[in-house]
Amino acid sequence: MQAIVKKLFSLILTVLVISFLTFIIFSIIPGNAALAKLGVDASPEQIAAMEEKLQLNDPVIIRYGRWLFGALRGDFGESLQYSGVTVGELLGSRLPVTMVLAGISFLLIVLLSVPVALFCVKFRDRLPDRILTVLGQVMMAVPAFFLGILITYIFGLLLRAFRPGAYEGLSLRYLFFPALSIAIPKIAMTVRFLKSSVRGELSQDYVRTARAHGASEDQVLKNHVLRNALIPVITFLALVIGEILAGSIVAEQVFSVPGLGRLLITSISARDYPVVQAIVMYITTVVVSLDFLVDLLYRLVDPRLRRGG
Amino acid sequence: MKKSWTFARIREFLRLNPKILIGLILVSFFAVMSLIGQFWTPYIVTRMDASSVSEAPSLLHWMGTDNFGRDVLSRVMNGSGITILVALITVLIGGIIGTMIGALTGYFGGIVDEIIMRLNDILLSFPSVLLALLLISFLGPGTINVVLALGILFIPSFARMVRSEVIRYRDRDFVRNARLQGIRPLRIILIHILPNARISILTAAAIGFNNAVLAEASMSYLGLGVQPPTPSLGRMLFEAQSFLLNCPWYAIFPGITIILMILGAALLSEGFKEVSGA
Amino acid sequence: MKRSLAILLAFGLILSAVLTGCASDGKKEETGEDAPKHTETEPSYGGHLVYGMTQDLVSLDPHESTDAGTRSVVFNIYEGLVKPSSSGDLIAAVAEDYQIDQAGTEYVFTLREGIKFQNGQEVTLKDIEYSFNRYAEFSGENSAFVKSVKELSFPDEKTVRITLTNPDSEFLSELTFAIIPDGNDPNENPIGTGPYMVTEYKAGQYLDLSKNQYYWVEKEPYLDTVRFKFISDVNTAFTELQAGTIDVLNYLTTAQVEALKKSAGDEFRIVEGNMNLVHAMYLNNQAGPLSDVRVRQALCYAVDRDAINSFLFAGKSIIIGSHMTPQLPTWYEPAAASVYTYDVQKAKDLLEQAGYKDGFDLTITVPSAYSQHVDTAQIIADQLSLVGIRVTIKQVEWTVWLSDVYKGRDYEATVIGFDGKLNPSDWMAKYGTDAPKNMMNYSNAEYDELLEKALKAVDTEEKASYYKQMQMNLAENAASVYIEDPADFVAMNSQFDGYVFYPTTAWDVSKIYQISGK
Repeated sequence: MQAIVKKLFSLILTVLVISFLTFIIFSIIPGNAALAKLGVDASPEQIAAMEEKLQLNDPVIIRYGRWLFGALRGDFGESLQYSGVTVGELLGSRLPVTMVLAGISFLLIVLLSVPVALFCVKFRDRLPDRILTVLGQVMMAVPAFFLGILITYIFGLLLRAFRPGAYEGLSLRYLFFPALSIAIPKIAMTVRFLKSSVRGELSQDYVRTARAHGASEDQVLKNHVLRNALIPVITFLALVIGEILAGSIVAEQVFSVPGLGRLLITSISARDYPVVQAIVMYITTVVVSLDFLVDLLYRLVDPRLRRGG
Repeated sequence: MKKSWTFARIREFLRLNPKILIGLILVSFFAVMSLIGQFWTPYIVTRMDASSVSEAPSLLHWMGTDNFGRDVLSRVMNGSGITILVALITVLIGGIIGTMIGALTGYFGGIVDEIIMRLNDILLSFPSVLLALLLISFLGPGTINVVLALGILFIPSFARMVRSEVIRYRDRDFVRNARLQGIRPLRIILIHILPNARISILTAAAIGFNNAVLAEASMSYLGLGVQPPTPSLGRMLFEAQSFLLNCPWYAIFPGITIILMILGAALLSEGFKEVSGA
Repeated sequence: MKRSLAILLAFGLILSAVLTGCASDGKKEETGEDAPKHTETEPSYGGHLVYGMTQDLVSLDPHESTDAGTRSVVFNIYEGLVKPSSSGDLIAAVAEDYQIDQAGTEYVFTLREGIKFQNGQEVTLKDIEYSFNRYAEFSGENSAFVKSVKELSFPDEKTVRITLTNPDSEFLSELTFAIIPDGNDPNENPIGTGPYMVTEYKAGQYLDLSKNQYYWVEKEPYLDTVRFKFISDVNTAFTELQAGTIDVLNYLTTAQVEALKKSAGDEFRIVEGNMNLVHAMYLNNQAGPLSDVRVRQALCYAVDRDAINSFLFAGKSIIIGSHMTPQLPTWYEPAAASVYTYDVQKAKDLLEQAGYKDGFDLTITVPSAYSQHVDTAQIIADQLSLVGIRVTIKQVEWTVWLSDVYKGRDYEATVIGFDGKLNPSDWMAKYGTDAPKNMMNYSNAEYDELLEKALKAVDTEEKASYYKQMQMNLAENAASVYIEDPADFVAMNSQFDGYVFYPTTAWDVSKIYQISGK
């Protein structure tokens, strides 16, 4: 229990440290929101006035303090790139989109990769396994943005299964295609990983022992192998969720989905740090919480870990 | 006499595992091709030619020309070398540093593990695109900096993977025995634990190579990758996207090269895994 | 007398144009074999149009200085006392009529009879005063606008009088600032007198507009509703055009034009115009070898502008040789374009004279988001390699470009396009030695002198002659490597017609209509 509290504490600390780091980094890298907003036509005077208005001239620490104080009360301030729009409004409209997109992707990954992996293990080194392996390799070898473009071309322009860019509301039908482009390489990756860890386990001493004691292959798989292969698999899936979030950045761009990823890209290039800050907070919290959950699961699966560490 | 003996051995070895054979053929083909591409190409890699713009593959230009009249074959030859280099060094940086961190923290645990893993989590939970953007903003664009940025990005996942592997083994009997015999921790990690984790590490490295090739492509998509006019396969694919309908050969040849190259590397790693008795 | 005549000349046959209510008279040029058929199209009323844009819309506040994309959109919502027309003149808008006195210091405007805001409220002098003060505040105390104005007064209920401290014939172009209702905050509730009013704005996604039923131009606008949709990626935007999600997209590449013609010939019409940019490789005149005029001239000889034009714009761009768009014929000096012709040998000779026989290293910094600039840099890199100059291309984010290159002037060469307003000083004042926007670090005594004279001149002919000399000055001293005013290919779903190009930043949707019977 104490370990869990400790973990929880360090989780909060991590989020805080990241928020501070982002802030610092954003104050170091070249360019600021006033310049990005005003472009080439503004006079130096107008730029100075805008910097003043956006409070960019205050020292980093003061700005961070102001931001943190607001954030703790749930007020993430106003967007710098869009006049008169609050960060809360922006995120409120974008967050659900990305969550649904990530959810569909994750479902696709889990639902497709587990059966395929078990199928491959069963037909190990025979034709179906070989074909799926090569197919998986090819899928993994296509850059994310290009896969998105291919899906848009094939399903959007040739088959007309959806209309590229015609995203309105939380349309599951539309989101399926970007989700597919995110999921495909991850499915191949997960299958590959599952296969290799199941095989790795199958070659362990205890499996041989179990087999020697007359356990059937299915029993071995179920009772021994899956349980032991679970730890790295859980770790892996947690990583996959992080990668889905990263993948959604590119997919949202290619499919023109108004989600967090697209907002993140535009906000970074506009140096709209309150928005970037809020999105980073969100992604960090998700990833760190997942890590926390993985840790809890470790403890459940592997009793030896319960005593601490 | 001795020569034929070696050949016999190799033949036997290869017959044992067709994956190695195919993988080896693919990898050596691309290695040789890209190596040649660094010193000689049929045409000058960056030379533009207004009189031969967007030509379909022909005897003169085996893979056609791009919208600037540049020879696609020359660019693929030269560009795959750059892609391979970027991917290899990235995996080396990420793999070596990541494995070191993961092994040490996983083995020793305690407060150091806690702190380093927190840092690791911070890196890992940072959106990779944001981190890449920030790193490139710091370092400035350019091939070496892309490799550095990607390498740093790859550390946490390796570290995490190796750490969980090490945790898996550190309380096993053979490790306890080794510890009781007074063997130094570093030696235990290197000789007793890591070889057991080699399958995972190898798989991770193969995936890492693959991911590095793709990551470079994604960085090109965001304008942060290898800088033009230097070709890289990802950059070529990125530039090809607006010509998919008119001139599909811009995309097809770099695309096939990426796929076969990755396939070769993956087959090789799997083949060796099988041969080594896993 | 002579001067006032000249001013009348300069601002064209504005009144007659307004009175006859001229509709689409842009420099529209149709491509394809069936071009004449399209010009005969019959407009219908109603319909919905989606206009794709790859630049984000950052603000609906017309007084805030913003990027070109935002200004182009906002053009449809607000109007000033006068507004730019597609032929490059200023036409009366919120004002019905205006007079400029002989000295060029007094501008008198008569308010348009019965003109209303989009909410039905009539425009009063109070609104004009409020807008004037708000614009002055946003421009800043040291801006040309605030410094020029001596007094704003209202002789009667319908008349606005602006008195200037010094005669300034270019001042009229400042009076395009938007007129908004007294006390209104456009960020909360954007209201203007333009042809379209805002119905919904989703930051970073789209802006929905609907027809202003009180609009003063008869029979305009045609469409009921218009959506400006922001799509950050150029290729995605093109896919959306092909899929029919958006109806209009501008700045197409030649490859995209080709693809459209090939795959869907009848579904789209391609309208050709110009971007009204000075597309150039701008040089930092104080950076290393570039401080030597011979080196800069060598670059001008070594860059094949026609090749860039044919690679990127199918040869449809207008080649230029100095910092002025050919779209403003009053001020444009055509002779500047032929000061340099592509000549590798001459370039090599000049480099040798300057002591760079073996060439030198040159870094071209380009904003990564603009593929045309990146591509231009690639072409230049290849061309310069023929004279021994070794080019490294450095792509940076747009924001970084703004802070390091534009503001910080920390660069050697960069490829970019500058736009400008209708007044020539907006284009050319940036080369003055002390000009805050002198990114080129250009410093030439003769140029400064000419600029000063040009700003003071009231007579248009005299003024134009100074500006033309300035353009020759820039060309001869090779201030930068000027390339072209790039061709602008606009694709429009063929059920619409009426696209009009402007020499300023404007995407005017009020003249676009759905073709009757389609």
